[in-house]
Amino acid sequence: MSVRTNSPAEGRVDADDVTAGGGTPSPAPGRVAATSPRPGRRPRPDRPRRDHLKTIEIAVLVGPALIVFLAFVIFPVVMAGYYGFFRWKGFGPPTDFIGLQNYVTILQDTAFHEALWHNAIIVVMSLVLQGPAALLLALLLNRPMRGQSVIRVLIFVPYVLAEVVVGTGWSLMLQSEGALNGLLEKIGLGGLAQDWLADPDIAIWTLLGIITWKYIGFAVILFLAGLQGIPQELTEAAQIDGASYWQIQRRITLPLLGPTLRIWAFLSIIGSLQLFDLVYIIWGQYVASTAGTSTMATYMVANGRNAGNYGYGNAVAVVLFLISLVVALVYQRFVLRRDTAGALTERTGR
Amino acid sequence: MTASIALPRARRPRGSGTLPWGSPAIYFVGFVVVALMLAPIAYIIIGGFRTNSQITADPSALPAPWVFANYAEVLVSTTFWGEVLNSTVAAVVTTVGVVALGLMASYVLARYRFKSRGLLYAVFAAGLMFPMTVAITPLYLVVRNLGLTNSLAGVILPQIAFALPTTIIILVPFLRAIPDEIEEAASIDGCSRLGFFWRMVLPLALPGVITVGILAFIASWNSYILPLFILNNEATYTLPLGVQAFASQYSVDTAKVLAFTSLSMIPALVFFSIFERRIVGGLTGAVKG
Repeated sequence: MSVRTNSPAEGRVDADDVTAGGGTPSPAPGRVAATSPRPGRRPRPDRPRRDHLKTIEIAVLVGPALIVFLAFVIFPVVMAGYYGFFRWKGFGPPTDFIGLQNYVTILQDTAFHEALWHNAIIVVMSLVLQGPAALLLALLLNRPMRGQSVIRVLIFVPYVLAEVVVGTGWSLMLQSEGALNGLLEKIGLGGLAQDWLADPDIAIWTLLGIITWKYIGFAVILFLAGLQGIPQELTEAAQIDGASYWQIQRRITLPLLGPTLRIWAFLSIIGSLQLFDLVYIIWGQYVASTAGTSTMATYMVANGRNAGNYGYGNAVAVVLFLISLVVALVYQRFVLRRDTAGALTERTGR
Repeated sequence: MTASIALPRARRPRGSGTLPWGSPAIYFVGFVVVALMLAPIAYIIIGGFRTNSQITADPSALPAPWVFANYAEVLVSTTFWGEVLNSTVAAVVTTVGVVALGLMASYVLARYRFKSRGLLYAVFAAGLMFPMTVAITPLYLVVRNLGLTNSLAGVILPQIAFALPTTIIILVPFLRAIPDEIEEAASIDGCSRLGFFWRMVLPLALPGVITVGILAFIASWNSYILPLFILNNEATYTLPLGVQAFASQYSVDTAKVLAFTSLSMIPALVFFSIFERRIVGGLTGAVKG
């Protein structure tokens, strides 16, 4: 039910160290080497050779994954920190070292301030909009009843679709001459028709609506998973004691669902800080800032790669990463502490 | 502790047989929510059956009459099928790569004992801290220096790398949950540790492997920012880039854009409906202790 950390260091004993008498009911007398084809006949092989073999096995099995991972994840991230100190157009080695100038520029750029503010709105409002709604839906869908699995799957569909598909569909639907305004007109609510995408007062709310639509299914599924972990005996006992349905949800379900809620909030916050696809697809790189929906990531792409200023783009990436990291660490320190005793990065480790 | 403990499971009702009906209010709420979720998707699909003049005249009406020309035109275009092929190749190779590399590494992390194991696990787990968005600019430079821009390999390799942390974190508990007794029994029967990997670990870890594979496939199929940076040649476009290019190229031809968009989401929808239980169950398993 709750999120437990699963430290790799604990738990199991490797076959190397298990002797036949070591508490496991093994019928074979004496120690059996994993490599020995005929147990019991040979004396145990010399350790150094076996260790050598094990080292080779480990290298062969982990090597490819480690190389790909270091080359395409760790190395680029490290290089971002390095490139961020240069004024660099991306060709040849960076030579124009400018120290912290890129970072000063970023922190003084009002366009970045706006993007940061939009990210903050998205972080908070995603939690406020999706959390309660998803929780209510999960509570509703948690009762065993016919059709439950169908509803659950259909709610999840938008989450599976590509951001591009979703973004294209919504941007066509929300144009000022689009289907939503047409529909409002038709049912006599023409007064509510808006310029959903271009009006800077409304665009960020449109974006929040689309985000909620796209990602609420994920929250519902997570919460349902958490709800299943709550033993039914508890609610039954509370019922016998005369607790009402809402009392049970309030006093038993919600507290026990805490770990799931906190993990979801964490994933939601990090996702909100990194938001790129939907904004970039619906608003494009230039419209996003005038419509008031730019995010740090769209700022990074527009002012980095698209402008050809790779040094600057990398500096923005570093800032984005540091902000995410600080938020993650603070959240880990003050909110997740109760749930996970381990490293932050083990948050999804069951 | 058996392997089945770690298997993510979709919610199954207690007992078998038919379930009771819920109250009408619940169905009403459920209906409204599902309608809200599906309406935009329905708009995309149905809009593809209309003409532009129909859409201009009344953007929110049903097709009258139903027109199949938009879909037909997209279906005979080589661009569309080329992009389907590119997306398929990228997704399949990514999935195979993630599963192969992830399984090998997870096996070592779960079942070998050596000094730097904790460190190794921490290195992979740290990858969760670096979403692709953050690393995309330097990642593009790495790929460019390798000469892999405008090739699917330039998309596939980073996708494998960025999928590894999740894969390893999901798979390690699966592999660790395989009882030592089985490994001992196998070794008594003369099975080497690598033989054990092929004959016992793979079949036992299959549910986890499938979950991981599906997640990698869908992530690759929907991937946008990485192809956006790496692929600049239309011949190498994957479907998400294709949809966007098509939408800006035919921005006046709304009906055709809708047809193209809805055709491009069919593979994801089909894939999802086949593996729905596994996907939902996999996510469920990720948070369940």
